[in-house]
Amino acid sequence: MSTAVANPSWLQRNKMTVTPLMFLLPGVLFFLVYVINPIIQSFNISLYEWDGLGTATYIGLGNYTELFDDRAFEISLWNNLKWLALYLLAIPAGLLIALFLNQNVVGIRIYKSLFFFPFVISQVVVGLVFSWFYLPREGLLNAVITLFGFEPINVLGDPTMATYGIIAAGLWPQTAYCMILYLTGLNAVDPEQIEAGRLDGAKGIRMLWHIILPQLRPATFIAFVVTIIGALRSFDLISVMTNGGPFGTTRVLSFYMFEKALSEYGFRMGYGSAIAVVLFLIMLVFIGYFLWSMYREERAARR
Amino acid sequence: MFPTPIEKRSRAAQISYQTLIPIALIVWLLPLIAVAMFSIRPLTDFTNGNYWGLPSSFEFFTNYGRVFTDSDMPRYMWNSILITVPTVIGAVALSTMTGFALGIYRFRGNLLIFFMFIAGNFVPFQILMVPVRDLTLSVGLYDTKMGLVMFHIAFQTGFCTLFMRNFIRALPFELIEAARVEGVKEWRIFWFVVLPLMRPALAALAVLIFTFIWNDYFWAIVLTQGPDAQPVTAGITQFNSQFIAQYHLMSAGSIVAAIPPVLMFFLMQKHFIAGLTLGAVK
Repeated sequence: MSTAVANPSWLQRNKMTVTPLMFLLPGVLFFLVYVINPIIQSFNISLYEWDGLGTATYIGLGNYTELFDDRAFEISLWNNLKWLALYLLAIPAGLLIALFLNQNVVGIRIYKSLFFFPFVISQVVVGLVFSWFYLPREGLLNAVITLFGFEPINVLGDPTMATYGIIAAGLWPQTAYCMILYLTGLNAVDPEQIEAGRLDGAKGIRMLWHIILPQLRPATFIAFVVTIIGALRSFDLISVMTNGGPFGTTRVLSFYMFEKALSEYGFRMGYGSAIAVVLFLIMLVFIGYFLWSMYREERAARR
Repeated sequence: MFPTPIEKRSRAAQISYQTLIPIALIVWLLPLIAVAMFSIRPLTDFTNGNYWGLPSSFEFFTNYGRVFTDSDMPRYMWNSILITVPTVIGAVALSTMTGFALGIYRFRGNLLIFFMFIAGNFVPFQILMVPVRDLTLSVGLYDTKMGLVMFHIAFQTGFCTLFMRNFIRALPFELIEAARVEGVKEWRIFWFVVLPLMRPALAALAVLIFTFIWNDYFWAIVLTQGPDAQPVTAGITQFNSQFIAQYHLMSAGSIVAAIPPVLMFFLMQKHFIAGLTLGAVK
């Protein structure tokens, strides 16, 4: 043994621990300050009555008990459920379009991009585009349905229709997203299994269900994740298209929280945070499930 | 290939498929086509109720010209660029490092930190809103582009780390081991071995984050106000209240606001889709 390496420095000996720490430090620090700590703080703020400027008064679970009698909160919660359920339609719709476009004809690549690109447009513009599409007098929707002899409708002005009108607008880019996931998935489907299926006489729907869909599972999983997150995050469309109206019927939790904490309805930071905590807990159920699935995959990959 | 390739089907099926695609596309893009048609009409068409007939004159240049000359739109667009570009650089830089650390090294808490990033990335914005706004106010960055950039970098690091770490995991590990046997320092492995292999991931992430940040609206209205710092997503609502009910100008304005990410997508399509669908295939 030579003396040159007999006394490696502490840094040298622990470089396999120190190096990753140094690489992680800036990213983790940013994330702790701007994401993790605010989550904890929000939980804390939700226990106070606070206008954002003056002193905060501790009221325990007061904000939460108030939620129980809040009709607007109840409507928001129901609308969130509608969003969740209907938004999932983007997955089969996306699959359908992907199956339709999964061909090798001339110009198909351009068609695929044109079908996809609504996803790239900001939700604010999507909201505007659809609110003009729905306009009672100038909108194209009514121009089309009156052509077929129906009465014109005011989608966003009608409390029974407005939420569905907004969800339809949201489904447009979301379906495009699911479509592109499935197109990528279909590209990687094993041709030998399809041949084997054909030899066994599987066709159409049966082929899709028993041979194609199982191979599309990774795409379906991601489609589920992004669609559920997207549904619970809906804010931009509501803000742009109806601003919560008519009569507050299109509010969802994310929007109602913003209204309570920051808009003309007053600066009730504590109450707003309580709403945010409820939304967070709903989301946490899904996040937990996603993480658990990923964890199982990690374990399987390590073996 | 599934479904059965159309070229193996009957001639009639092929022809009907070929005609069906453009029709489906037009139906799919109908709301957007309507807005594009609005944006080239003169104001008189709207007062005369001529919404869907031929435009009485072609006003593409006047309408789009006015978006740039008669409003704060150019300022909002410029703000968007000044917010988006630094965020892309910052988030990609930070996450390349975190992704490297989490993808290459084995240490206790590795998976825990990784999952912290993923979980944080899925969180609803509203749970962060009050404290982040408070923090931004207290460090004097409220209503500045810098305030938005700082938050965006931090938040996007979650998604970017997920992406980078999985990408690095798929790289051939033997390369790194070979470099270690040669006695190459760890940070030099990062810079000279791993980073060059990550070019596709860097490109994919850059276009994705560009789009995400350009299209952000929520944080724009929470952390900024007015044309000094607000990006175009927030500016467009301002623009619309300036030109209220003038649909030809509002349409032109929205199209202008939407164009940069659309352009980015069509120019960098391959990277964009590769980024978006990472993990969709095993």
